[in-house]
Amino acid sequence: MAKITFVTLDNEEITLEGDSGSLMSLAVENFIEGIDGDCGGVCSCATCHVHVDQKDLSKVGKPDQIEMDTLELEDSFNERSRLCCQIDITEELDGLKVYVAER
Amino acid sequence: MDDKFFQDSFEVLREKSEATELTYPHETIVAVLSHKQVRKTAKNWKVFSSDAPGRVPIPEETGIRDVRQLPIELDPPLHTDYRALVEPIFKQPLQTEFQQKLQCIIDEMIGFLLSKREVEVVREFSLPLQSKALTLLLNLPIEESNLWIDWGTHVFRSTDGGELDKGKASNLDTYIRDKIEKARCAKLDNIQESSDDFFSVLMNSTINGKSLSDKEVEGIANLTFAGGRDTVINLVTNTIWVFAEFPTIFERLKKEQDLTNNAIEELVRFFSPLSQIGRVAKEDTQICEHAVNAEQRVSLCWVSANRDSSVFVNANELMIDRKQNPHVGFGFGAHTCLGSTHARQLMKQLIPTLIERVETFEVVDMKESIEDMAGIKRKVGFEHLNVKITAKSKACKVEI
Repeated sequence: MAKITFVTLDNEEITLEGDSGSLMSLAVENFIEGIDGDCGGVCSCATCHVHVDQKDLSKVGKPDQIEMDTLELEDSFNERSRLCCQIDITEELDGLKVYVAER
Repeated sequence: MDDKFFQDSFEVLREKSEATELTYPHETIVAVLSHKQVRKTAKNWKVFSSDAPGRVPIPEETGIRDVRQLPIELDPPLHTDYRALVEPIFKQPLQTEFQQKLQCIIDEMIGFLLSKREVEVVREFSLPLQSKALTLLLNLPIEESNLWIDWGTHVFRSTDGGELDKGKASNLDTYIRDKIEKARCAKLDNIQESSDDFFSVLMNSTINGKSLSDKEVEGIANLTFAGGRDTVINLVTNTIWVFAEFPTIFERLKKEQDLTNNAIEELVRFFSPLSQIGRVAKEDTQICEHAVNAEQRVSLCWVSANRDSSVFVNANELMIDRKQNPHVGFGFGAHTCLGSTHARQLMKQLIPTLIERVETFEVVDMKESIEDMAGIKRKVGFEHLNVKITAKSKACKVEI
């Protein structure tokens, strides 16, 4: 079980636990404000854009080319951007902190 | 034209260049073809504007309507305000209560399918399903859908490829104005029962501190009726065609129901229910090697982008297990389809219900519906699709 903290645009910190599925599913199931996951996780809509905490970048790794091509077009894109539909929850993510990106 | 498998009409052009020129009777439109350029152009609203009433659709609709469709025919930041205002209405399908009501409609429609030996899918199933489901979104009595069904698959045309019809557009205007008037009367009479329907909600809404004008309500309603109609009808019809023509796909979905979401997104990519949408250049500019003059229109060619083989492996194959699928079937950027939540929810409930209750579909007769994009022919769906449907026997439903 991994503990993952989402920080919303209102600076509310919500810590959730998960052991499978994507980070996006975990956020949507728990009604995290700003994570919509409209496309259900196929990397199409960019409504699950987050900024990964600097300390956790190595845990989640880098986006692949398809994800990067989508992210780069987002106004709030930066070097810590990820689409959380493309991050699978594993034990290694325990302690991860992500910030919901502005749209 | 016999385009049995919904071929990519833009493949040759796109391989030559990321953009091309489409010559329509009164204008030349630069059509952006590649996935990358389409998304980039869609994001660049400061240069490629939507602030052009009637000129966002291609062909343009300035001859048949004078109302500005809202929020689509605006640019940010004003667009953002109008979008935020109407978004709660269009996000209702995420609510459990909405989904329960939608399931009743789907169950009833599939019951109808199964009660007949043969069904014409477009008019006997997809059109009534779309219309009935719309009553939920607009919070209007389901009987209201009878009139909308009578309008046919398009509110502005006789057929997919047909000419824009001023008479039909005028009928829609009259209907919307009548609804606005009734909502106003209900508000004056303080009739609570009607205060939560689409028109009443809009009539009671404010934007930046000002009540919406009649024209603004008309603009939102006009888009609502025109935007998600033939597109949804084609998506539903084409899905049934897939299940009939490729029974292995239907069988796989029966066994692997967790593929449903991937399948829906892939169906949207593959069929691209809306072929293209327009933008108007705010200044002299350039797309690839094509000069674009200020006020000239540009096409975001969704259907071409969705078959770009530099992004989609086996782009001309319908792969229901496609994991990464950055399609633009619902558009891209600020104007991403407002009705996409509704369309997706409809499909998310329709497909499992078909799986549960239908054994097989068989195409008996069909006529393709072809869209003419300035001489480029593109199959969008069917004018008619007659299928035989075999119900699952009750014994099949029992899991051993």
